[in-house]
Order: sequence, then C-alpha cells, then structure tokens
Amino acid sequence: MNAMNTDGYTTADGRRIGPVLMEMKNITLRFGGVRAITDISFDIREGEIRAIIGPNGAGKSSMLNVISGFYVPQEGEVWFRGERRGPMRPYQVARLGIARTFQNIALFDGMSVLDNIMTGRLTRMKAGLLSQAIWWGVAEKEETANREKVEKIIDFLEIQNIRKTPVGRLPYGLKKRVELARALAAEPMLLLLDEPMAGMNVEEKEDMCRFILDVNDEFGTTIALIEHDMGVVMDLSDRVVVMDYGKKIGDGTPDEVRANPDVINAYLGVAHD
Amino acid sequence: MSDQLLYAMEAGLNGLMAGVMYSLVALGFVLIFKASGIFNYSQGVLALFAALTLVGFQQGQVPFAHLINTIFGTDLDNFGWTLPAVVAIVLTAAVMVLLAVLIEKLVLQHLVNQAPIILFMATIGLAYFLEGLGDIMWGADIKTLDVGLPQGINETVESVTDSLFGYGFFIDNLDIVATVVAALLVVSLTLFSQYSKQGRALRAVADDHQAALSVGISLRFIWVLVWSIAGFVALVAGIMWGAKSGVQFSLSLIALKALPVLMLGGFTSIPGAIVGGLIIGMGEKLFEFYIGPMIGGATENWFAYVLALLFLVFRPQGLFGERIIERV
Repeated sequence: MNAMNTDGYTTADGRRIGPVLMEMKNITLRFGGVRAITDISFDIREGEIRAIIGPNGAGKSSMLNVISGFYVPQEGEVWFRGERRGPMRPYQVARLGIARTFQNIALFDGMSVLDNIMTGRLTRMKAGLLSQAIWWGVAEKEETANREKVEKIIDFLEIQNIRKTPVGRLPYGLKKRVELARALAAEPMLLLLDEPMAGMNVEEKEDMCRFILDVNDEFGTTIALIEHDMGVVMDLSDRVVVMDYGKKIGDGTPDEVRANPDVINAYLGVAHD
Repeated sequence: MSDQLLYAMEAGLNGLMAGVMYSLVALGFVLIFKASGIFNYSQGVLALFAALTLVGFQQGQVPFAHLINTIFGTDLDNFGWTLPAVVAIVLTAAVMVLLAVLIEKLVLQHLVNQAPIILFMATIGLAYFLEGLGDIMWGADIKTLDVGLPQGINETVESVTDSLFGYGFFIDNLDIVATVVAALLVVSLTLFSQYSKQGRALRAVADDHQAALSVGISLRFIWVLVWSIAGFVALVAGIMWGAKSGVQFSLSLIALKALPVLMLGGFTSIPGAIVGGLIIGMGEKLFEFYIGPMIGGATENWFAYVLALLFLVFRPQGLFGERIIERV
C-alpha cells in the first residue's frame, strides 16, 4: 500500500473522508470491436460520495458494471480494500460487501417489500441448508435478528406503510426506494447507485437526494453513483469523475470539474471532431 | 343412503387418492418452472430413472452389466446382495443430487440467457438421454418395486364405512401412504420456500436473475438445488408409481398425466399442483361413474385433457397461477 491509502481529507461540511477503499487502474472494456471504456483510472475513498457523470453513452453504466462484477474488463486492475480483485462473478462481488441498484430497477416483483429487502440480508445469513432443517431454532433466531435490521432500514427510508405490499404494485419512485433499501440491508462497504434519480419528478428527486446524504451520514456508507443530470450530482457528491465516449475527461471536486473546459465542452455540446 | 351415492363416494375417494399420485409428478414440474422458467419435459423420465436406480440398488444389480459383459465377455449380473429399502432410498437420493449437478454443469450452464424454448428442447433431449441411460444401466425388463409399503385393502376404512353405511369402501393402503407422503412433502416444501434462506433465494432467482446476483445469490447453486429437489420429488413419485404398477419404461408417461394437472393448478403454484391433481383425480372417476356408461365408458383416458382445454380457454393461468404463461 502506498502513502496515499492511509491519509484522507476533510470536507467543507466537516465530514472526515478516509483512505482509498476501491481503486480502478487503467480499466479498458471492449464489446467485440467497440470500446466502452478506454484506460480509465480513479479511486473511491471511504466515507465518500463519489459520482461518475457523463452524457448518455459515455460508459458510466459499463463502469458500474465492472465494479459490481457484471462485466469483466479486458485490461486493467480492480483493487478493493488494498487487495487486487481477481475476475469474480457478480454474486461473489456482492458477498465482498458491494451492493448495487439498477438503472431499470431489478426487484423481485412477486415478493412483498419486506421480503425483497430481506433478500438483501442473504449474504449476512450464516445458517446452512442442513442446519436450518435440523436446528430450526437457530435459523429462527437469525431470521429475527435480520428482521430487526431490516425494520430499521424500512423506518429510515420511510416505507413502513408499504411493508407488506407486493413490489409489482408500487409506483416507480417507491420501487427505487425499495431497491435502495434492499442494497442497504446488506450493510455494504460500498454502495453503487445506477442513476438513482432517473425518471423521477422533482419532489421524488429531492427525497432521493436526502436519503442518499442521510445514508452516507448515518451509516457512513461509501457511495458511488452514476447520473447524467449534472445539477443533482454537483450538490451531492464530494468528488466527481467525468466520462465522455468511454474516456475520463475530468476528475475532482464539483467546483474543479465545473471549471474544466473539456467537461464544459462535453456538456454544452461543442462539436466532437 | 342409496347404493348409487355410496358407490359414487367410493369412486370419488379413490379418485382423490389417484389425484395425489398425479400431484406428486406435477410438483416436480412446478418446482423447476418456478425457479428457472424451464418447462422440464424430463420430469417423468426422472421418476422412471429414480425408480430403476432404486430397484437396482435394492436388488444388488450391477449397473451397465449388459454393456460390460458385451465388451469384456464377462458374465456379471448381480453383486449377490440385497440392500435394505432405507439404504437404497438414501443412495438413490444421492444419485439424483449427482444427476442435478451434472445436468447443471453439462447442460444448463451452457444455455444461460437462452430463450425458454431452447431450454425446453434441451430437457426433451435430456429425457431421451436419461431413458437410454436407464436402459443401459439397469436393463429394460419390467421390475417390481417393493420398499415395504403396505398394499391392498385398508381394513379399518372398510369396517368403519361398513358400520356407518352398511357398505365397506375399498381404499388401497398404498394410496393412503401416498397421500400422507404428498402432504408431508408439500408442507416441508412450502416451509422451505417461505422461511429458509435458500427458499427465499430460490424465489428471488425465479423472479429476477440480475437482481438475485446483485444480492449475492449464486444462480448455479440455486439451479443445482432446485434440480436436486425435483429429483427427490421424482424419486418419491417413482416409488409410489413403481410400487403401484411396477417399474417399466411406460412409467415416464406419467408426465403426460401431470400436464392437465398443471394447466388446472397453474404452472407456478405448489398448492395448485396438489389441488389440480385432486380435482382431476376425483373428476375423472366421478365422470366415469356418472357419465361414462352413457357414452360407452373409457372416459378416464381423455377427461383430464378436455378439462385442461376448458381451463386454457377460460382461465389460462390456472386456478393458482401467478400470471398468464407466455413461455411454454
């Protein structure tokens, strides 16, 4: 580990940001001949809200999928907690303590809100198949303990009144919130949010912003999120990576990024050559 | 009570018991369909294979004896021992788990993200492969399966009904055992899927693969698990049907009887499989009893399918189905 990993910084509002939690080194991802991501490096620090922004098709979602193990990059290294991560399947990444939400909401529509959030606890449950069958009591105790954690999250995200509702019946904004709850239930070290505000109205967006800030504040969860709406992100995040056409064109605090001419070009639609 | 009504009651009761046997087969279909959206054509053959293996173990048959003898010119046939039923059942269950692992590794794993029809075709192939494998391993002759289940008329039922109505009902002991076993199976499967960690994971996989992966569920483990359970259910069905009518290759055709049960009960509902089986079992016996004589009998051959057709027209998702099945 280098010296950078041990230090940190303090934000303007007084939050302490810790050492590097995850580091992406020279990531390149290709689909056949198409390059989705070209040679991108950046890091995510403990306790930070880190945003990845860029116009549509910039490769943001691909990047998130690399972090969560859904895509395996052809080149580059992924480092997590000071160790290099080998090629892993998504469920293995989840077990490492990296939870995520999806741009197009991936919930279990047939299950209740409560059951959906309980699936988030699966990685936290120890009792095996046989022991559950034989020592029913142990499994039951574990279930109760997990229920308590889940209820806390339900309270936190203010979805008590829909606990028993099948998820399929919920409106879009609430589904997004349930998905966030499920990800939180895993008590992740790193929470990945894929366009958490997409398709929401102003009020829902404000709610979601508040929840993201609260999660970070209350649980100290490190959050990496993707957005293409620049306004939202700038208020929310500590540091921002800007992508365009699969390349990194900016990286820094919101103010630094805002002043970056490449970023302005990408967003104001100056012609690419 | 009139004789006619008593006979009808007896027929209906027997029908219920027969329905339980259909349900046992249908259950295996539902499990796999629920967890992976695959309509597993090979479920009937799984039951046959399990029954063949069970008899083979019990009687100490040498697997692949014919093949080995042909190649090496030996004269193997039997190890010369007989295993107790319990041991043979446990061994057969282990074979079914091994089979599940192999199916996942050799077939399903290579067909991830394929259209359901492709997977359906794969299970057809699997059905014929397993049928052939069963033949090569254990021979094609008809075998009797005897794991010590009681058979023949249940005296208690007969004497009780005799003293009540003046007419003793004929209920086969084997059918009663099958009913109890099916009830136990359904209760434990329901408990498992509702309250255990793996059960919740299983329902999650059934609902959304991506989301399941993102909460740390290994799809491959779940598939092996669900095929193992389906294999175990097939073993139970194989034992019951084998004990009833002998282990022969036509046993795999019981899958055809499960189809109307599924259409009635819904492809995705465990209780549906049971209720569907009961309705069809009782329906076909009563129909045969009341309507059969008017139209020349043998209605049991087609009644279930006609009923299923009617359901397809008026309620395609079945009685308990979650949604209209667009996949099969």
